[in-house]
Amino acid sequence: MRWVLYIVLIVGLISAIVYGYQEHQEKNAILIQAENNYQRAFHDLTYRIDLLNDKISTVLAMNTPENLSPELTEIWKISSEAQADVGQLPLTLMPFNKTEEFLSNIGEFSYRVAIRGLDEEPLTEEEMDLLSQLHESSNNIRKELRTVQHEVLDKGLRWMDVEVALATNEPGDNTIIDGLKTIEDNSEEFNSTDNEGVFTLNSESKSEEIKFEGKTYNEEEVQEFITEQFELDGNVDMNITGTGDGADIPMYNVSFDTGDLHGYAELSQQGANMISYMLTREVGEAQISLNEAMIQAEELLNGLGYDNIEMVESSQYEKVGVFRFVRVEDDVYYYPDSLQVKVALDNGDIMGLTARDYIVNTTTRGEVDFSENITDEEARDLVNPNIEIMESRKAVIENDLGENVLCYELVGVLNDQTYRVYINADDGFEEKVEKLKQSEQLYGIN
Amino acid sequence: MGRLKLITAIGIAVVFSIGLSNHAPPSQAFTEQVIQQGAVGEDVIELQSRLQYIGFYNGKIDGVFGWGTYWAVRNFQNEFGLEVDGFVGQKTKDMLVKASEYDQDWVQQQIEEGKEFTHYGGQKRPWSEAQQQGGQGQGQQEQQQDQGQDQPQEQAQEQPDEPTATNVPKGFSQNDIQLMAQAVYSEARGEPYSGQVAIAAVILNRLDDSTFPDSISGIVFEPLAFTAVADGQFYMEPDEQAREAVMDAINGWDPSGGATYYFNPDTATSDWIWQRPQIKRIGKHVFCR
Repeated sequence: MRWVLYIVLIVGLISAIVYGYQEHQEKNAILIQAENNYQRAFHDLTYRIDLLNDKISTVLAMNTPENLSPELTEIWKISSEAQADVGQLPLTLMPFNKTEEFLSNIGEFSYRVAIRGLDEEPLTEEEMDLLSQLHESSNNIRKELRTVQHEVLDKGLRWMDVEVALATNEPGDNTIIDGLKTIEDNSEEFNSTDNEGVFTLNSESKSEEIKFEGKTYNEEEVQEFITEQFELDGNVDMNITGTGDGADIPMYNVSFDTGDLHGYAELSQQGANMISYMLTREVGEAQISLNEAMIQAEELLNGLGYDNIEMVESSQYEKVGVFRFVRVEDDVYYYPDSLQVKVALDNGDIMGLTARDYIVNTTTRGEVDFSENITDEEARDLVNPNIEIMESRKAVIENDLGENVLCYELVGVLNDQTYRVYINADDGFEEKVEKLKQSEQLYGIN
Repeated sequence: MGRLKLITAIGIAVVFSIGLSNHAPPSQAFTEQVIQQGAVGEDVIELQSRLQYIGFYNGKIDGVFGWGTYWAVRNFQNEFGLEVDGFVGQKTKDMLVKASEYDQDWVQQQIEEGKEFTHYGGQKRPWSEAQQQGGQGQGQQEQQQDQGQDQPQEQAQEQPDEPTATNVPKGFSQNDIQLMAQAVYSEARGEPYSGQVAIAAVILNRLDDSTFPDSISGIVFEPLAFTAVADGQFYMEPDEQAREAVMDAINGWDPSGGATYYFNPDTATSDWIWQRPQIKRIGKHVFCR
């Protein structure tokens, strides 16, 4: 009897070993696959930085504008590919964003220079200076990356270890991480030198604090204000917190709960401007029309003191309607100054408002005098003749370079497709062409 | 444009000859509401059908008041001497009801069967023939591909008047919204609603930031960017609230205050993340630049 037991145990043991071995093999295969992905992204990155450095030095040696433009476009392309490579490496948890910024700055710069007519406007002294700096910095990064790459290949270092080291916050003496840190310092040096004027699009410029008029509110006053604004009971639970150093507008965040209604509001600490709010509750089936909801939204905004506004976009998303309003002054639509309102379609209650763009843009813009040299007729002539223009009006938009420009906004149809074309009112430049699309087929139904 | 005018003229001629001989009240008329761009529903199906009947609208009858419908309404208002504003109010509706016919059952049967019809009324043509005239835009090409598949008839019959399309915010597909909703749900279920909107907003802020990938999928799947993606919780089915939070964020709400990073202070292991300038805390998450 006993030997039967032994046989069963031995068979069990053997199958456990076989099973374990197979599992181990499979796990290894998956790990290797993940490692291979990282390796590919990393080696691609080193190759592209190398290429980028070469291209920049070619541009420095070039003289003819005809060759310069394609070369700069190439730089733009390579820098964006290199950024994509960085995006595939497990570097989110380590400070590598200066290098990403560096890459995006190269791309930004080469794009802007490449699209302008280099025949009339050749590279300036300043831009040549910047290019040689870019060359130097990219050369440093290149050398450092090649060194890390050599280490990786020589010692068989694995990115999976980097991932683990970063995730557990024990970087220790990981060669890859050390090398990348050196690169990061290099990029930082470049970004922090006096090149800021050239890269106006940098996110840094947006983070300055925005000041408001009026007195500074304290938490009690905010509580009063909110109670009044949302017609709350005096004894509703309310939680008020201030914002930290990173906020561009010092605000109070208020949240409250009345049982079936949950609210969240943001008020500027100075002047108690309502920056945005959201109310959440169960919304029933749509009972009222989008049009009625729009009227509700308009009333709300007028009540809050937003008078010169027009609705520019309305959409029904199942049980709610969302409307976008913009400021209109002297028949000019200011698209950056926008307000969004969300209305429940079961009873027309306002479910949310965000006035952040409106408040920020109207306070920071200051006095701008847009010059206007072309007429509506001339603008129409500048649009692709195949587009049948249906509507036109004047609008201020933010263009590719992040500047506010006065344009003619022409909406037209080409092949049953509606397009919106913006023609700069000053020089007739076609700032933007948008394909307007509003609905999407419901996949999986028909 | 010449062709449209001609069709319009024929349409009007047909309409008037019918109108003179036939005084029977229409079987179905609109509800009371003023229909405007962006609206979805049965009234829009009727509006599109009627406009198509008299040749003003040659797009797909999908129940979503988009740009094609908008221009059709304006042209109709213009031809019939109404105020041209693109809003379908009582006057426009009355005029439409007078000028066209609407066979609700027939139209809905066609929609159920997934048929594309570009000439409802007047001259009925097989959808394929009309399709080959080209230039009908992207929507119809998609439709054409779908024709080959068997339609889930039963499901369609349960909800006969549902639109076959939906509004999507500019630049986003329903599938992008789904990806974001999965990220939001897996990262922040159980968090306050504003916290969920804030997480969706962080994804969108990264989209605008040049140092992050420039697609939703690129951001969501960036290695180590989201713990819930790394450990597979991302593949859970998101609830309705997560989806709503994503829509709010896309439509412009940003409770994060422009943040591009966030972390849970109880579990965050990276020192670096603590050094970022903090904007605010919502629920369990601290949002920072």
